[in-house]
Amino acid sequence: MALRDPDAAGRALWVAAALLVLWPLLHIAQFNPAELFDARNLKVMGGFVGQFFPPDLTGEFLQLVLKATVETLAMATAGTALAMLLAAPLGLVLSHSLSISRIGPGPGRGFGEALRALARVTLLVLRGIPEIVWALLLVRAFGLGPAAGVLAIAVTYGGMLGKVYSEILESGDTRPARALLESGSGRLMAFFYGLLPGASQELASYTVYRWECAVRASVIMGFVGAGGLGQLMDQSMKMLNGGEVSTILIMFLLLVLLADAISASIRKLLA
Amino acid sequence: MNNATVTFEERRRALGFCIYCWLGLAALAVVIWASFAYLAIEPRRLFTAESRGYMAEFVRRFFPPDMSADFLQKIGKGALETLAISAVGTLLATAAGLALALPASGRFGGAAKALTRFFLNFLRSVPELVWAALMVLAAGLGPFAGTLALALHTSGVLGRLFAESLENAPTEPARALAESGAPAGLTFIYGTLPLITPQLIAYSLYRWEMNIRMATVLGFVGAGGLGQMLYYELSLLHEAQASTVIIAMLVLVVFVDAISARVRRAQMRAGG
Repeated sequence: MALRDPDAAGRALWVAAALLVLWPLLHIAQFNPAELFDARNLKVMGGFVGQFFPPDLTGEFLQLVLKATVETLAMATAGTALAMLLAAPLGLVLSHSLSISRIGPGPGRGFGEALRALARVTLLVLRGIPEIVWALLLVRAFGLGPAAGVLAIAVTYGGMLGKVYSEILESGDTRPARALLESGSGRLMAFFYGLLPGASQELASYTVYRWECAVRASVIMGFVGAGGLGQLMDQSMKMLNGGEVSTILIMFLLLVLLADAISASIRKLLA
Repeated sequence: MNNATVTFEERRRALGFCIYCWLGLAALAVVIWASFAYLAIEPRRLFTAESRGYMAEFVRRFFPPDMSADFLQKIGKGALETLAISAVGTLLATAAGLALALPASGRFGGAAKALTRFFLNFLRSVPELVWAALMVLAAGLGPFAGTLALALHTSGVLGRLFAESLENAPTEPARALAESGAPAGLTFIYGTLPLITPQLIAYSLYRWEMNIRMATVLGFVGAGGLGQMLYYELSLLHEAQASTVIIAMLVLVVFVDAISARVRRAQMRAGG
C-alpha cells in the first residue's frame, strides 16, 4: 500500500481516547438531536420562526422598541459612569507605582499590603460573578427595571476597570511618579502629575471599550427583568410573538453596530 | 501640600489640558447626567438609611451558605453539567466552524464566500443567551438547549477565525500535492490542515474558556447547568442555597481564569 498514512495508527488512538472522554460528557449534556425533530417542538418552533417575517413594524410597537433602545444606551452609560467611580479609587489603591512604603522600608508597609490584598479580593469577587447574576440578585433588591441593570454593570465593570486601571498605571512610565514621591509629594499629587498625563489616553480608551461591552450586556440583562431591549424581547418570546422578536433582534443588531462605531471613533480621536 | 508655589500656567501644562478636552469632558458629563435623568435613577436615594437597612437585611439572608453534603453534591452535578455543556458546545462549534470556514475562505467561489460570511456574522451577532431562549423552544428545557446555543454562537466566531487562518496558511505544500495528482480532499487534509491545526486548537480552547463562563448563566432561560439551579433556588426564596451556587460559580470562573493564565504563560515561555 503506497498510499498508507504512516501516522494513521497514532491518530486513530487519539481519536479513540477523545471519544472515550466525550461519551460521558454527551450523556451529561443530554445530547439528543432527535429532540429537535420531535413533532411538538417542531410545531412550536416552526410557528414561531414563521412569524419572524415580516417583522412587526407597527408604529406603536416601534415606539416601544425605540424607547427600550434609548433605555439600554442610558443603562450602559450610567452603569459605566458608576463603574468608573468605583474603579478609580480601587485602581489607585492597587497600583504599586504609587506605594510610598515601597520606596524605602518605611512604616505602614504591612498596612499598605493588607489594604492592597483586600482591594484585590474585592475586585475579584466583583468581576468574578457574571453581570447577569448580579442583575438577577439586584432585581430582587430593587425591583424590576433599569436600576438593577445599572448597578449590575457598575459592580461587574467596576471590578474589571479597577484591575485594568491598576495594570495600566503600573505598565507605563512610573519614574515621574516615583521622583515626585521621593521628593515628598503625596500619593494623589504623584498620581495627577506623575502618572495621569502618561496614562490618561489608555485609561480613557479602555473605558470607552468597556462602555461598548456594557451596551451588549445591558441588552442581555433584560432577560432577568433589568429593563431595556432584553426585557422587551423576553416578553415577546414568552408570548411566542415572532414578528416582535424579529423587530427587536434587528434593532439589537443595529444598536451593537452603532455602539461599535461610536466606540471606534472616540478611540480613534483619543489615539 | 507643598504645591502653593506652582503657578496656574504650570499646572495647566502639567495636566496637559486643552479646550477640546474640556469640551469633551463637558459633553460626557451632560450625556451621563442625561442617562441618569432618563432612567429616573437618583443615586442619592440608594443610600438613604431606609434603603441601607433593607439592603443589609437582603444581604444577611444569603448567609450562611448551605454547605450540607447533600446540597454540595447537587452543586457538583450542576458544575459538571456546566462543564459538559461548554465542552460539547465548543466541540460542535469547532466542527461546524471548520465546515463553514472552507466556503468562507473563498475555496468554492466568491458567491459562496459572501453568503457564508454573512451567515457567520449572523450566528455571531446573536448573543448566546438569545440563542438559548430560542433553543429552549426548539429542543425543550435542559442542558441540550444550552449546548446548541453555545454551538450556534461559537460556530459564527470560530468559522470566521478559521477562515482567516485558512486564507493565511502557506499554499506550497497543498500545491505540491495537487500537482502530483492528489485529489482535492486529500490535498486539504495532508497539505493545509496540519499547518493550521495549532491555531485551530488555540482558538477553540480560548472559546471554550469563554463558554465555560457563559454556560454558568445560560440556565437563567432554562438551558441547564449552575444557572438553572440559581434561578430555581432564588425563585423559591432559598437564599442560603442560592448563595452556595454563586460561590460555586465564582470558584469555577476563578479556577478557569487561573488555569488559562498559567497555560498562556507556559506557551509564551515555550514560544520564546
